[in-house]
Amino acid sequence: MRLIFEKSKAGRRASAIPRHEGLPAPEVPAELRRAEPPRLPEVPEFELIRHFTELSTRNFGIDNGFYPLGSCTMKYNPRVNERLVAMPGFANLHPLQEEQGAQGALELEWRLQQILAEVTGLDAVSLQPAAGSQGELTGLMLVRAYFESRGESAARRKVVIPDTAHGTNPASVTMAGYEMTPVKTDPRGNIDVDDLREKVDGQTAALMLTNPSTLGLFDEKITEISEIFHGAGALMYYDGANLNAVCGVSRPGDMGFDIVHINLHKTFSQPHGGGGPGGGPIAVRDILEPFLPVPVVVENGDGTFAFDFDRPHSIGKVRGYSGPFGVFVRSYAYIRMYGPRLREMSEAAVLNANYILARLKGTYDVPFDRLCMHEFVLSARTLKRDHGATALDVAKRLMDYGFHPPTIYFPLIVPEALMVEPTETETKETLDAFCDAMLAIAREAADDPALLKDAPHSRPVRRLDEVRAAKHPIVKFEFDEHPDVTGERRPVAAEAPKGV
Amino acid sequence: MTHPFLALTEDDRAEMLRTIGVSSVEELFRDIPADVRLRRELELEPALSEQELSAHLAELAARNVDSTRELSFLGAGIYDHYVPAVVDAVLQRGEFLTAYTPYQPEMSQGVLQAIFEYQTAICELTGMDVSNASGYDGTTVAADACYIAKHATGRTKVVVTEATNPQVRQVVKTYAPGFGLEIVEVPQRGGTTDPDELREAAEGAAAVIFQQPNVFGCLEPAPDLAAAAGDAGALPVAHVDPLSLGVLEAPGRYGCAIALGEGQAAGNFPAFGGPHYGFLAARRDFIRRMPGRIVGETVDAAGERGYVLTLQTREQHIRREKATSNITTNQTLLALGGLVYLAWLGPQGLRELGETCLSLAAYAKQQLRERAGLEPLFPDETTFKEFAVRVGRNARQVVAAARELGVHPGYALGRDYEGMDDVLLVALTEKRTPQEIDRLAEVLAEVTA
Amino acid sequence: MAAAESYPDDVHYHREHDWARVEGDVAVLGITWFAQDALGELVHFEPPEPGSTVTKDTSYGEVESVKAVSDVVAPLSGEVLEVNQAVVDAPETVNDDPYGGGWLIRVRLSDPSELDSLLDLEAYKQVLAEQ
Repeated sequence: MRLIFEKSKAGRRASAIPRHEGLPAPEVPAELRRAEPPRLPEVPEFELIRHFTELSTRNFGIDNGFYPLGSCTMKYNPRVNERLVAMPGFANLHPLQEEQGAQGALELEWRLQQILAEVTGLDAVSLQPAAGSQGELTGLMLVRAYFESRGESAARRKVVIPDTAHGTNPASVTMAGYEMTPVKTDPRGNIDVDDLREKVDGQTAALMLTNPSTLGLFDEKITEISEIFHGAGALMYYDGANLNAVCGVSRPGDMGFDIVHINLHKTFSQPHGGGGPGGGPIAVRDILEPFLPVPVVVENGDGTFAFDFDRPHSIGKVRGYSGPFGVFVRSYAYIRMYGPRLREMSEAAVLNANYILARLKGTYDVPFDRLCMHEFVLSARTLKRDHGATALDVAKRLMDYGFHPPTIYFPLIVPEALMVEPTETETKETLDAFCDAMLAIAREAADDPALLKDAPHSRPVRRLDEVRAAKHPIVKFEFDEHPDVTGERRPVAAEAPKGV
Repeated sequence: MTHPFLALTEDDRAEMLRTIGVSSVEELFRDIPADVRLRRELELEPALSEQELSAHLAELAARNVDSTRELSFLGAGIYDHYVPAVVDAVLQRGEFLTAYTPYQPEMSQGVLQAIFEYQTAICELTGMDVSNASGYDGTTVAADACYIAKHATGRTKVVVTEATNPQVRQVVKTYAPGFGLEIVEVPQRGGTTDPDELREAAEGAAAVIFQQPNVFGCLEPAPDLAAAAGDAGALPVAHVDPLSLGVLEAPGRYGCAIALGEGQAAGNFPAFGGPHYGFLAARRDFIRRMPGRIVGETVDAAGERGYVLTLQTREQHIRREKATSNITTNQTLLALGGLVYLAWLGPQGLRELGETCLSLAAYAKQQLRERAGLEPLFPDETTFKEFAVRVGRNARQVVAAARELGVHPGYALGRDYEGMDDVLLVALTEKRTPQEIDRLAEVLAEVTA
Repeated sequence: MAAAESYPDDVHYHREHDWARVEGDVAVLGITWFAQDALGELVHFEPPEPGSTVTKDTSYGEVESVKAVSDVVAPLSGEVLEVNQAVVDAPETVNDDPYGGGWLIRVRLSDPSELDSLLDLEAYKQVLAEQ
């Protein structure tokens, strides 16, 4: 399919900018003036619509089908939310509007703060971080500020992270200026508490943990872990990526965590949009409240709401304005459609995951023989040993069955990993169809391995050469000098006529 | 009553529990220690139906005075530009809206190609060689640039002009301690930045960040600022308004290493501050230091052109603690809105839009002078679509009084800049008309009399 | 095309899967078959500058495949005399010929006694058995 730049023709346009008579001429000093115009596409509106419509048909979203990406919580995105954010009272509201002209927005933010405190079992909330990883970084900044206020930050340089952690955790640790101390996982999939005891001391600032873990397993030793860290004067940070398993069942604040980030684009239905936007609000225990990013939304006691900027101990600001407001609207609306029934959401997520696990465990390797939470990890290790079929091959073949593959090669401690998270928004028929496909693929690996190795066969493209893309990065259209697919430089030909 | 977002019937549940080999859903949670179980219901208001929810949210929205209910000249980083219907139409396609990050490229050619086109558009606007797939917003991409510069130069100081948006400066200062960076500010002089002062401050700096047009709407001597940074061995970083780049020169053409900014003006609604997208583009030699996702072109097994995420070894999921950033979720859907908008606008439209903003702002300066006797704060400086004006009394009171007459006249700069308690920042976009500007002048004449 | 598995006996090994071939006070350094196999096809080699110093047991550069990046660890300390430009231009050379054409850098040794702490073929095979 051609790029929109390849459909461009000089003189065409889709826009019309209103003109006015009698205005002063526009003036830009010569040394600052644009010399050559940017080569933006020149297309009429209908070509624009056709181009993006065709592009969308080459993409697969939750609206298209089952999307069991572990740790991503690909649940249904309620359509009413799109109508709500488009209301002019939200869409056309300027973030620097006077507070008395933004009371609806402020009240929504305040109510969402209250809700997230209740769901997490903690005391205060900042909605500002734009994504989970920004929430992590913000949380670590709060850890640093807390220890600075106690004169302990020079000593406490280390953050403990399990070897199953998502890559954002160590990356955030480095960006926050800390050092990482890894801790092992035991054969039951819990943190190895003996390994942990040796690694936690007066130089430890915090633990970063998600519970259930990326293995989909609830850490049975969580109370002991909490005692070890708090006993050493350290803090506990909860990565909320897996919160979908435990809403209304167990709260991170009750597990002993002091700081939690929540992924609004996972647990609370903000659509992923092909990579974002998201929201990564944080909830904290009251000892950390003074350090929260500024502003925080407060209630004035007379039914009006305001931004509190007067926070002398705040770490500062991690994102513009109060955060991604449109994401707040959707998540708030989603939670209001559940209320306390959020617990049923988690129960269904956990039931769906255990059902698939039960159907697949005889055929794929299961590294940890336990009930899972909302997700679980399989291994294709035996399939690889016996038939040469890898987790990658299974993933590509699943596409031919009409499913998005699960997460592969994560967590790192499981070889040939396939991490499956169905979420609660799936019927039993869909779960069965997925299981049937996985079982069929295992049979194909033995009987007709080429089906896997050459997969996918039924998508708009065949398997793509990622090595080539890394060796010879082509990261934008080069117009007349754009290389063709063989690497030579010549103009790209017009679209071949259909039927060829 | 079955919840509309849940599907399990009693029969489904019974059969599934049998297959799993447990007798109840409660048993599935048996690994959770009793002392951390929540033994009560969540204290949340009862579930609302979609209809009830809509009524509740409409009531909240009705208590916001947005730009359809008040004539507004607010800017200062977020702008009321026209968002065409094609943007909404594309962003509502479920295949884009509900898709995940394109880690499985064969399932995601739509998003991947769109990002490749976005990267191309951003490079065209900024005159750079490589763009990422977006950052969170215009403030955090400035922090990203600091991280790039620190690792590229090994230096630990970054210079930022005082005339850069206060939100940007505050976020950079929040990130700096974790990065091990010292932030130094260069003051504004008469509405712009002095290149000699900048050169002196930039000795030993990893980067210099300046904004064009700056927070006061004034045009900085950008090529001279970039040269001054370069003289001191610091990377010149321009924070730019994307919609100014049809009339103002691209940073890549006057010596900048990195160009970045807030994308909102190009294709996103103001939405009380977000979600929006930050754009970040750089010269080719920084490609391996870029944070965030980058899409590259390749071929498939049948020799057909296709798109994939590339250079992923920079990113957190591979490089982990040595990653160029921890960013995972970014702002793809909003950047897609930006791409659709820029394709709708075209190069002609971009130039006309820039010229219209310049003319309307010049007209507004004239009218405020002639009808309300108000002078610009920096009368000798050329401005783009915003300008600062002295209103003779406390600007916040002027705003309150003007709003009573249905006009929001602009942003009171005194919150962020010393000695500017009587200064308003007035923004003109192509949505404003001469009649509306006349009304602004009339209202300001009345409330500043 | 990736080479068949092999571990020559004319090099010294480091437990981080790097090798050193010593000739007098000069050593040629590279990564073992195990390392290139774990990474997959290499797409990039980030070398040190000629004239710079490498220190035993610390990283002197990076090799990358599509899916992974790895430090290359110096088995011995010294001054970088030469970087293998053939590998910079075509990193997959390391996969094809990890001990020959796939050499990474040449150094002048600053402390030849460091050789004593390296592993011989048998000892390195022990390390591989533990992986």
